[in-house]
Amino acid sequence: MTAYTATVTVRLKRGVLDPEAETTQQALERLGFELSDLRSADRFEVDLDAADADEAADRADEMAERLLANPTIHDYDVAVAER
Amino acid sequence: MTVAVVQFGGSNCDRDAVRALDHLGVDAERVWHEDGLPTDPDGIVLPGGFSYGDYLRAGAMAARAPIMEEVRDAADDGVPVIGICNGAQIGSESGLTPGAFTTNASARFQCEPVRLRVERADTPWTAAYDEGDVIEVPIAHGEGRFEISEAAHADLVADDRVLFRYCDADGNVTDAANPNGSTDNVAGVLGERETVAVLMPHPERATLPDLGRGTDGAGILRAFA
Repeated sequence: MTAYTATVTVRLKRGVLDPEAETTQQALERLGFELSDLRSADRFEVDLDAADADEAADRADEMAERLLANPTIHDYDVAVAER
Repeated sequence: MTVAVVQFGGSNCDRDAVRALDHLGVDAERVWHEDGLPTDPDGIVLPGGFSYGDYLRAGAMAARAPIMEEVRDAADDGVPVIGICNGAQIGSESGLTPGAFTTNASARFQCEPVRLRVERADTPWTAAYDEGDVIEVPIAHGEGRFEISEAAHADLVADDRVLFRYCDADGNVTDAANPNGSTDNVAGVLGERETVAVLMPHPERATLPDLGRGTDGAGILRAFA
């Protein structure tokens, strides 16, 4: 078994309205920053032990499918690194 | 034999639901989620509130609580189930109904009366109304914007499973009457069975005559009477 950190990034699908990101962008612009767009995402770092990186990724993938993301509105990706 | 009002940590409309049902002569009791459902409930209410502090997404945690498996089984057996506000979020997160409820387009918590057009009058939830009736019921939510994929929305409409739409006083479904940016002004939908429904507005807050509001919501809860 090897110790891994699986990083799950959950973001709204493109085209789904993100009022919090819009509000954040407006606040940045009010501070004088110039930007063309802003998207927000949630990142989960999951420490786990697995036989190999594929198994760690599979387990993190299932966590995203079953809880961390809502497939109606979210896309997600998983990245695995040895810890 | 009673209606079970499922109480999660952070539910806060469970007492209101019981009071409203009592007023309609419906035997109802609060059920702590860890205790599981009573045997053969007459119906199930998933009440409003902020279960688990809306962590992750509103309703996400409660939807994965073990009692929700019992609720899904009961729903499959034909027991009437309604999710109200946070209960609607829990219902959609648990797959009882299609779509998702997410952050209002305004990015604000909104607490205000809204008007709903009754889109179906042949369900237990709307038998007290006629199709096209306009009822006034309050909302109180920060995450009530109904989102659904285009394909799933087309199915929802084709299957006639939209129960309520936000509308103006004359029953017109307009952008101006849409409080939260919901797709197609959807305020409430049916599950696979007509005995399963979720809605963001609060019928239990428009049932008791002494609250200073109308009682337009009573008809929805009469499904249990």
